[in-house]
Amino acid sequence: MVRLAASAAVSVAVPARERASSALSLGFVTGFLSLIVALPIAALVWASREDGASGFWDAVSSPEGVAALKLTLVMAAVVALVNAVFGTLIAWVLVRDRFRGKSLVNAVIDLPFALPTIVAGLVLVALYGPSSPVGVNVYGTRTAIALALLFVTLPFVVRTVQPVLIELDTEMEEAARSLGAREAAVFRRIVLPNILPGVLSGVTLAFARAIGEIGAVVIISGNLPYRTELSSVFVYNRIQSGDRSGAAAVAVLLLAISFVLLLAVGALRRLATRHDAAA
Amino acid sequence: MKRIALAFGTLAAALAVAATAGASGKDTSLSIVAYSTPKTVMGKIVQAWQATPEGQGVSFTQSYGASGDQAKAVAAGLNADVVFLSTGLDVNTLVDAGLVDRNWDKQSYHGIEANTVVVFAVRNGNPKHIKGWSDLVRPGVEVVTPNPFSSGSAKWNILAAYAAQRRLGKTDKQAIAYVQQLFRHVVSQDTSGRNATNTFLAGKGDVLLTYESEALTSRAAGTDIQYVIPRQTMLIELPIAVLKNSKNRDKANQFVRFTKGPVAQRLFGQAGWRPVNPAVAKEFASKYPPRPGIFRIADKYFGGWRAADKRWFDLKSGLMVGIEKKVGGPTGG
Amino acid sequence: MPLRSLGLRGVAIGYLVVILLGPLSMVFWRTFEHGFGQAWEAISAPGSVHAFELTLIIAAIAVPANTVFGVVCALAVVRGRFRGKGLVNAFVDLPLALSPVVVGLSLFLLYGRGGWFYGLFADHGIQILFALPSMVLATIFVSVPFVAREVVPTLREIGNEQEQAAHTLGASGWQTFWRITLPSIRWAVVYGVVLTTARCLGEFGAVAVVSGHVEGKTETATLRVQDLYENFNLPGAYAISLVLAAMAVIVLVTMTVIRPREEIA
Repeated sequence: MVRLAASAAVSVAVPARERASSALSLGFVTGFLSLIVALPIAALVWASREDGASGFWDAVSSPEGVAALKLTLVMAAVVALVNAVFGTLIAWVLVRDRFRGKSLVNAVIDLPFALPTIVAGLVLVALYGPSSPVGVNVYGTRTAIALALLFVTLPFVVRTVQPVLIELDTEMEEAARSLGAREAAVFRRIVLPNILPGVLSGVTLAFARAIGEIGAVVIISGNLPYRTELSSVFVYNRIQSGDRSGAAAVAVLLLAISFVLLLAVGALRRLATRHDAAA
Repeated sequence: MKRIALAFGTLAAALAVAATAGASGKDTSLSIVAYSTPKTVMGKIVQAWQATPEGQGVSFTQSYGASGDQAKAVAAGLNADVVFLSTGLDVNTLVDAGLVDRNWDKQSYHGIEANTVVVFAVRNGNPKHIKGWSDLVRPGVEVVTPNPFSSGSAKWNILAAYAAQRRLGKTDKQAIAYVQQLFRHVVSQDTSGRNATNTFLAGKGDVLLTYESEALTSRAAGTDIQYVIPRQTMLIELPIAVLKNSKNRDKANQFVRFTKGPVAQRLFGQAGWRPVNPAVAKEFASKYPPRPGIFRIADKYFGGWRAADKRWFDLKSGLMVGIEKKVGGPTGG
Repeated sequence: MPLRSLGLRGVAIGYLVVILLGPLSMVFWRTFEHGFGQAWEAISAPGSVHAFELTLIIAAIAVPANTVFGVVCALAVVRGRFRGKGLVNAFVDLPLALSPVVVGLSLFLLYGRGGWFYGLFADHGIQILFALPSMVLATIFVSVPFVAREVVPTLREIGNEQEQAAHTLGASGWQTFWRITLPSIRWAVVYGVVLTTARCLGEFGAVAVVSGHVEGKTETATLRVQDLYENFNLPGAYAISLVLAAMAVIVLVTMTVIRPREEIA
């Protein structure tokens, strides 16, 4: 069956039944999101106000906190980009290639989720720390942070691109090849536009997760303030020290920044799809 | 899809039934909320008490976790009759929440259940010959200690470092300068004592600041860890308290009294803690070398937990904030 | 399918070895380093068995909830007509950006003593924190976006002409959904469920905060891992993690096998 990429909707009058069910599903979505997501976030925002605007400002402008924030955002961006490239590559290999052990590799892609983050942290330091059996010691460096974050975000882009690649019909690629197009061009002009929404989906997930990660990083990074301390650890320290509102303030700031970035990537995603539809 | 949903539902129902099937029907139930290390020894103490006439028929729920987290959980509503934590600071959290009597530290032994001391864990054979606090700041020595802001128990390390200097005759200013120098040698700021121990065991650092009880319990679990007790060190006093809103206050008090009695204190001594009961402490004198002139949190250098915490660990004006900035900050390190 | 060269496969595998397979083998090795005894003891202890049960119960609630939400949300965002789709999308991803401690904190703020809803539930004797409800809420929270994010790109990719054709032929909304829409997104749903389940099995931080660590009652498998870690029983901790990993693989294999089959080119 031929499936064309994101076909423009054929103009059809929307029957009342369809409008009702779409209102129902929208209601369900907003209801679920409100109860599960919005309510906790609202509680955080409220708590961050406890000490007033000056309290909020004090908490988010502390030099250590700002350093942690910068580090977190940079690392999350780097990790998201690396995932975009390698995740797509891995998905491609898993869907299009054939080799012994492929199903085994496919089966373990999700394991970074299933393993408790403490264990991830422990094996990362065992493997890439001072007693590394492979002679690689990145303990207490930003590389270590990147490794830990790449581990926990690995499944994202791979798994969001895979279903799209599986459904992708190869006729167009074959046609292009038979007309003499080189592989790179085939990928860039035909495959990439179709998988781009999947890639961007995975990238947003990877970015968000990288911002919030604590368990896997907390052992191998050393959490040195101003050097390898992430916002998640900084916020944790605040909570442990009894400063709930300060912790909430930093968390809320981080959330706001993430929200804006997520909106931006979402817009990018829509732009990419619209462009493709017009082509 | 429907079949999957049905399967999930049946599984959930079956498991829910299985999970609730074990509900006990004893008369009284006590809930202990404690920090992580004493899990094994408390289990033994509970069993010992349940064998006595007082404790017969009493069932227990037990919860073990990081001291600060446990205190916060109880403050947030976790059911508890007895709390056994690793700093008086955490008990004060419960006092402030109205759950523990303000005079908890006027109970027997100042409300303390057991003691331990700050020690230096070193590599096999102590290749860098680390004996005292001054060795920690020799060139090339790497120190592992948890972050005092994320681990309440880590605060003991810093206070001990400061107190040791005062004991050696340094002034307040000099002692603070020592702590700053110490932090230049700190190579990791783990979020908990257990993580710091793991970091050390994973090969990082030459010395780990930890507690005698942690070192001994980890040894009992098979870890090969060696330690040195510095001459000047701090007495780590581990508090126990009964909650005001406990539904079984009398039983809870009986239990706490038992834990400070010879049977329980002996179990503590065997497991790695220094007994508070003086008679039992004498029995264990060879296992736990005494340190004359050992400081306590109530001493004049500190003036109790509230004062010490404010002075050292206040998030805005605490001494540690300044020290961390000087050591690692953009203008420091 | 022609690949540019073995090089692509090599790079992919190389990356996986460094990032994933290396650490995984380490888990294996550390579990059995000292023999099977300690590992088996840890897995079969009554506390561990209960912990696995609790993890499965939570997953059995959270996964279907998020699957239903994910599919409905994806349909609404791709096919629906309303303003603010970008907002809904960003909101769905946002939970991931919260670190687990913050998730726990927010639940404390809502359901703990002094919190917004404490009185409401306490008056009726319902326990939210330190009991199953908050653990389920936390687990749902951290795994909200996966199914939706999987399904959205596929839905966009395949377009809706088949649904429209079905409509004009008189099929009801429900029939169209079951017979046409769902099968066309089956792979996305499969991977979404797999990711969600794996995430629910492995969730630690947020659940740890709201669980209260009550032995035999509120310890999930991941909390059991932490417990064993705290007590220096590392082989035991790794053994339990391996069981969790095995569960995730079983879920993947099962989902891949039971989806309606169709020839893939």
